[in-house]
Amino acid sequence: MKRLLVILFVTIAFSISIKAQGELPTLKYLATDLTNTLSADDILSLNRILSAFEDSTSNQLVFLMIPTLNDYPIEEYANQVAQKNKIGTKKNDNGILLLVVKNDHKIRIEVGYGLEGALPDATSNSIIRNEILPLFKENNYAEGVFAGVGAIVKATVGEYKNDAPKSRRRGKSVGGWIIPILIILFSFLFRGRRSRGIYLGSGMGLGGFRGSSGFGGFGGGSSGGGFGGFSGGGGSFGGGGASGSW
Amino acid sequence: MKKGLLIGLSIGGALLLGIILLIMWGVRSYNNLITMNEDVNKNWSLVENQYQRRIDLIPNLVNTVKGYANFEKQVLTDVTNARAGASSMKVTPEVLNDPQAFQKFQQMQGQLSGALSRLLVTVENYPELKANENFLQLQAQLEGTENRIAVERRKFNESVQTYNTTIKKFPTAIFAGIFNFKDKQYFEAVTGAENAPKVEF
Repeated sequence: MKRLLVILFVTIAFSISIKAQGELPTLKYLATDLTNTLSADDILSLNRILSAFEDSTSNQLVFLMIPTLNDYPIEEYANQVAQKNKIGTKKNDNGILLLVVKNDHKIRIEVGYGLEGALPDATSNSIIRNEILPLFKENNYAEGVFAGVGAIVKATVGEYKNDAPKSRRRGKSVGGWIIPILIILFSFLFRGRRSRGIYLGSGMGLGGFRGSSGFGGFGGGSSGGGFGGFSGGGGSFGGGGASGSW
Repeated sequence: MKKGLLIGLSIGGALLLGIILLIMWGVRSYNNLITMNEDVNKNWSLVENQYQRRIDLIPNLVNTVKGYANFEKQVLTDVTNARAGASSMKVTPEVLNDPQAFQKFQQMQGQLSGALSRLLVTVENYPELKANENFLQLQAQLEGTENRIAVERRKFNESVQTYNTTIKKFPTAIFAGIFNFKDKQYFEAVTGAENAPKVEF
């Protein structure tokens, strides 16, 4: 009887700890949508953009969309997810997490220590208020996310250069700059086309972006769909960034 | 005679070895405690930075809000006074060893938090102000700072917890006693200051 109780207790304790851990997702890709709101094409495009951004600047921008927080404060959750996944490099603390909680209508940009200068709270706040939320309010989630990613990239380009690029195949002189410029260009293009019909065309445009690797030298022959997934580099976060709701 | 000398020598040798081991052990414990102590101090300076950042933000905020006709003067005066109180207090890492000073520090910052959140609640009555880009940016900075304070306080508390646990654990407790490592203070949630108070109109 006593042994049974012990086993029962251990099992319960174990399952509780698993449940507590399960609340913080371990991210495998730079862009993750746990709500199935964005199309597979959108996720692929996002992953490519974010991966190109990481390759050229070493900044890790991670996008995560979840359904609900069950009243848990978004600031704390974002910080914990970012810390747990070690977004950004240990040396530069240059990670950013763009977190969207769809059903709670909440959003947060969590900025690592190293990027607080390039992306101050006021800028994050204005990106949320002026770029993302107007589109979210019209239920244009994909466009809102792309607009937000574009604006964040624009804000951070130039703060750090990638001193440890993932692929050494890239040309050193021009290549490093072409990608951020292309990302910015595409985000502008995207904002210009707000109606749903053209939106698909724009997605194709992003596909074409991969084709431009001839100039930028990005991901020439890489397998796995053109982006290499996500692995944290040990960046840490001090609660910088901004939140919003719609 | 020879046998006695041998026994004496081996006892002496064992004693010497014991003393050397004890000293090495003490040095290791001491160094470990020093590292932890520095860790707490480092985290404390991060907390303090954020409090300072908040203090630096306030004049701008007050000036922006002041410009709006008939904005409740009392709310602004409260913020200014609380800011003066909070910035007047000199904070050194020694505060961490002094429960009373630490309590006072928390109280001062708590009053400032309270005054600030009252200010932000009052702003809700001024739609023009709420639409002012300058104010919105200041508000974003203030919110960001409050969040950073919360994060750094949590990290600080974690490092203090590690430190406090270590100095109380046997056998480190012996060395902590010899070298005079004392308990450090935690942050606690001050009732009423942490959460935005509800203001009735």
